[in-house]
Amino acid sequence: MGYLDFSGTFARSDLFVHGVLLTLALSVAALVLGMCVGVIGALMRLSGSKVMSSIAAAYVEIIRNTPFLVQIYIVYFGLPSVGIRISEMTAAILSLTLYAGAYVTEIVRAGIQTIGKGQREAARTLGMSPYLTFRYVVLVPAISAIFPALTSQFVLIMLASSVVSVISVPELTGVANDIQGLTFRSLEAYLVVAALYLALTAAFKGAFAAFDRILFSFRYAGR
Amino acid sequence: MFQTFNINHVGFLLQCASWTVVLSVIALIGGGLGGVAIALMRLSRFAWLRWIAQAYIYVIQGTPLLVILFIAYFGIANLGYDLPAIYAAGIGFALYGSAFLGEIWRGAIQSISKGQWEAAFVLALGWRHTMTDIIVPQALRVAIPPTVGFTVQVVKNTALASIVGFVELTRAGQIVSSATFQPLQVYLTVAAIYFVICSVLSYTSRRLERRLQLTTN
Repeated sequence: MGYLDFSGTFARSDLFVHGVLLTLALSVAALVLGMCVGVIGALMRLSGSKVMSSIAAAYVEIIRNTPFLVQIYIVYFGLPSVGIRISEMTAAILSLTLYAGAYVTEIVRAGIQTIGKGQREAARTLGMSPYLTFRYVVLVPAISAIFPALTSQFVLIMLASSVVSVISVPELTGVANDIQGLTFRSLEAYLVVAALYLALTAAFKGAFAAFDRILFSFRYAGR
Repeated sequence: MFQTFNINHVGFLLQCASWTVVLSVIALIGGGLGGVAIALMRLSRFAWLRWIAQAYIYVIQGTPLLVILFIAYFGIANLGYDLPAIYAAGIGFALYGSAFLGEIWRGAIQSISKGQWEAAFVLALGWRHTMTDIIVPQALRVAIPPTVGFTVQVVKNTALASIVGFVELTRAGQIVSSATFQPLQVYLTVAAIYFVICSVLSYTSRRLERRLQLTTN
């Protein structure tokens, strides 16, 4: 006892590659869809309509104050019991989107609130339509302000996506579950998976820092 | 043959919710002790101590908690021990908590202005007394709201301990769900119990933030 044997685990590296790809796909899907939900949620929060604002606030509070695992169970086991049948992949993407959406709502709301009212009024006075004002005066500067928060949230979502392995989605953690059944070397499988998650985290942090410099180069002007 | 979801089941869920609380407390105590060590290492004069702490934080914050729990669980087994699931869960959560609490507390200590350190030095206070009498009392104000906020994360994340076989609220939900075949009702009840615990903590954290901010100004 106490020794490690990685030979069997490394022999199934093809499975790990699939796991990494699926984890990436799930994280990107959750981020893109979560962004859509988040922008809508933030607009509802700031709409001025009491009903809209309360619905969005309730959504954010419910998601943020309950475990992601329980949310997955409600989507995957709960919905079929009221006649909505979905595959585990759909359930995984749906629950990741709902989860990400709540956090993104709060981040985007904070971002929009950093844009002063005067900026919006100035844009309207210059004859920009409400749509153009929102897009160029509110949204783009707001996104540049929230980019750091958004990217670290993305890394958290990527790590949270490990939980969908419980409904047997074969992403990275799911692969470790499968491999330990083949090799009977459980610890080794999870150590490899942990290293792969770390590499993913490091890669994303590096990539986001580079994106930040390219996309929002105006922030670095004159430095 | 099947039971319907009834008040007795809710009682069972609430009873198991106390294990969620117990695991959260273990996580906070273990994570708190480790967190103090990590925070002090991060602030150490010795570069190698700072690097170790930084590497630790990077690894823990860059790995999913679920995988950390699996490693704790199979790690104990690999060393040849056969311990109840609460040990693996407790160790996993202590590792996880110390990385996050360490960062929160390091930030709180660093938020205290350098002048306080210098004044204490001029008054010939040693490191220990500067810490306990000057820095920590002021840093606590900064540290308490995010620490309470982090307990919300801990309570929510203890749900993952159900996957390594620890019977807490979520695992109790699975048990009741397979006995009643009413997963929606059961899991919504489970979610509601988490919601009550977590929103009380979230609310407390926000209130403390406002109150402690007012007194510092």
